[in-house]
Amino acid sequence: MAIQETTLAAPRQGLNMRRFLDDWAMLLAALGIFLLSALFIDNFLSPLNMRGLGLAISTVGIAACTMLFCLASGHFDLSVGSVIACSGVVAAVVMRDTESVFLGVSAALALGLAVGMVNGIVIAKLRINALITTLATMQIVRGLAYIFSNGKAVGVMQEDFFVFGNGQLLGVPVPILITILCFIFFGWLLNYTTYGRNTMAIGGNQEAALLAGVRVDRTKIVIFAVHGLIGALAGVVLASRMTSGQPMIGQGFELTVISACVLGGVSLSGGIGMMRHVIAGVLILAIIENAMNLKNIDTFYQYVIRGTILLLAVIIDRLKQR
Amino acid sequence: MNRAIHWQARRDGPSPAVPRPVTEAGDLETAMFEQARVGESLRFHGIGKTFPGVCALSEISFVARPGTVHALMGENGAGKSTLLKILGGAYAPSSGHLQIGERQMTFRSAAESIANGVAVIHQELHLVPEMSVAENLLLGHLPARFGLVNRRAMLRQAREVLKGLADEIDPAARLGSLSLGQRQLVEIAKAMSRNAHVIAFDEPTSSLSAREIDRLMTIIARLRDEGRVVLYVSHRMEEIFRICDAVTVFKDGRFVRTFEDMQALTHDQLVTCMVGRDIEDIYNYRPREQHGEALRVDGLLGPGLQEPVSFAVNKGEVLGFFGLVGAGRTELLRLLAGLTRSSAGSLALDGQPLTLASPRDAIAAGILLCPEDRKKEGIVPLASVAENINIGARSRHTRLGCLLQGRWERDNAVRQIRALSIKTPSPAQQILYLSGGNQQKAILGRWLSMPMKVLLLDEPTRGIDIGAKAEIYQIIHDLAAEGIAVIVVSSDLMEVIGISDRILVMSEGAITGEVPREQAEESRLLQLALPRSRG
Repeated sequence: MAIQETTLAAPRQGLNMRRFLDDWAMLLAALGIFLLSALFIDNFLSPLNMRGLGLAISTVGIAACTMLFCLASGHFDLSVGSVIACSGVVAAVVMRDTESVFLGVSAALALGLAVGMVNGIVIAKLRINALITTLATMQIVRGLAYIFSNGKAVGVMQEDFFVFGNGQLLGVPVPILITILCFIFFGWLLNYTTYGRNTMAIGGNQEAALLAGVRVDRTKIVIFAVHGLIGALAGVVLASRMTSGQPMIGQGFELTVISACVLGGVSLSGGIGMMRHVIAGVLILAIIENAMNLKNIDTFYQYVIRGTILLLAVIIDRLKQR
Repeated sequence: MNRAIHWQARRDGPSPAVPRPVTEAGDLETAMFEQARVGESLRFHGIGKTFPGVCALSEISFVARPGTVHALMGENGAGKSTLLKILGGAYAPSSGHLQIGERQMTFRSAAESIANGVAVIHQELHLVPEMSVAENLLLGHLPARFGLVNRRAMLRQAREVLKGLADEIDPAARLGSLSLGQRQLVEIAKAMSRNAHVIAFDEPTSSLSAREIDRLMTIIARLRDEGRVVLYVSHRMEEIFRICDAVTVFKDGRFVRTFEDMQALTHDQLVTCMVGRDIEDIYNYRPREQHGEALRVDGLLGPGLQEPVSFAVNKGEVLGFFGLVGAGRTELLRLLAGLTRSSAGSLALDGQPLTLASPRDAIAAGILLCPEDRKKEGIVPLASVAENINIGARSRHTRLGCLLQGRWERDNAVRQIRALSIKTPSPAQQILYLSGGNQQKAILGRWLSMPMKVLLLDEPTRGIDIGAKAEIYQIIHDLAAEGIAVIVVSSDLMEVIGISDRILVMSEGAITGEVPREQAEESRLLQLALPRSRG
């Protein structure tokens, strides 16, 4: 019977074109944009540019993985840009004072986890709007980054630390490897664990999830805690690439991450989202930005173009639903 | 009054508020721009309304005469509110049309209905609590010049509108600061300011105090004496006999009878007319063995309950809860499911005391709820049928506490889909594309995947077609036969009588009677369920 052949995690419905397009359209679009850029832009495919593109994807990509969980549960997190800056600063400061890479990285991750937990507890238990909560922590954590660093970039001396940002494995830069691992791990987490499925159910219908016995509050806290942790990881990678912790970095980064997710097809109202959406969104944004840089398009115009693309993508998505 | 001029201007323009008359083209012009006049009657001609899979109304024809208060009565789901929604322009009828005076029409929007002199005053008032009374009254056509609201003119117009109806209400007051009764007066004033000729009230007294009810009755009498058509929906017999000049009874979306002589009509006659009908035996009730007490509820108090609630349900028993909307039955089930916390009383399951702090506690104990509002609380609409079935039980079938077992997920979904004959093209189909009956069966499947001792069903067949209803009754019987205690809350009298071993009746947050199956008569249950008048 047809019923038995159907898999649950990745629903396949034979020749259902519409479903297929819904699932894969944005990834195909990313591929199309990549091919167009390769055809029409000199040096796009050069190893140096490919490497640059990969690195550009990495920071946004890592943070977008867990932003997907926030969005899928019907919330979002604005504090991630500040977490990236602050965790980089904390890593640099701790390494300066203790000369231990392990302690530095641990402290950075602990900071991210703590911020995420605070976000999660305030949102889930105290039922405060995610916008307000993370807007507040965004500013608090940004302030902490300036306080810890005295407002200046903190240089890192430990060579071992640079592995995260500048190391290579089999010719692939470590940040790109970390990003790919995150894509795979969180994609799997979303589809094959109770945590992932509960996240989707909460975003799809919180009341129903609660009634079905899902630990709604606990799941939400975990979502934000993990997001904080992964944000800190992205911060460590970035600090390693720049060999310093910089308190002013990553301003507006949270909006780039959210727009990448939404561009790929993740719903802002929760319940819809897959890792391929995130990958597609991140790729499209990064490729277009890279292409515009290669074409020497003025930064001012780049903003306009990026905004226009985001707006068009969500409008098309809305029209599709009619 | 300049308000009237305003309306005239609006109707003359090419606004969407123009009715689509059903008359021949020649009458079109005149029909379009005439407004209902005092002295015209309202006729329903063969009004029908079908929703996908459900026939909510069929062939409703009757006349409401000017200068009378015409009551609409029937059980919940009889079609009264659907009819009011058609009258108010919220639904377009699937067949038939309305006629006011000589003009035939159907309304495609609330604006059309208003423009034709119809006002429907709903239970939930359509007012903005944060705005002033005056703004609420004149919303949509505030007196303004170049978009700038003329506050003084607004207050003056509002005061004029309220005159003689509710003089004590200050037009500048925030609407939210008014009592419920006063807000209703504002809504009525709004209707009258638009020169409404037909005014329909949907259970207007459900949240009013005795004094406010008296005042409302006076106003309704005045509307009647002015020659308007007043439609009045209420469950309260006392009010019907006090104010109404005619009663039309509905049942299962059909017109049953109109009584025009209230003097000759008795209370019992009316009740009999509301409930009496041929029963097809879709319930397929068979006597079952009961094996001792499953759940005992002792002196339970909590949100929505006015008096302590005590009862017990046996293993293998189907216990029905009947009552009107708002009687506290849903609230009771929510307490039993751990969704709300009780403030007093105790529970015991299989003789063991039980405290419920969350839905998880109830689920762990085997008390499982299928909620009343499937869309809002039951299903995760965008998720697949399989997801919706597995969401409850899957945490018991994982490795390392969180890894899903693909095999179990697939097998369980397919097993429940087969066992309950859920009609879906595949387990991966998004559940929102299934019919209400199949959605309900999927939620049942969710619970059947888990250890169950007490099943709580809140309006399990609301909005479900007759075939799926019979299937759900069969499932209920099968579960009871397996020794599960089933509590069914329903507003459908026939359903409660048809499937229950025993029936408890609730009214106004308290249990008002217990009726064994053998003595379950519709009129008796309805008597117990009707609220005693307050004050």
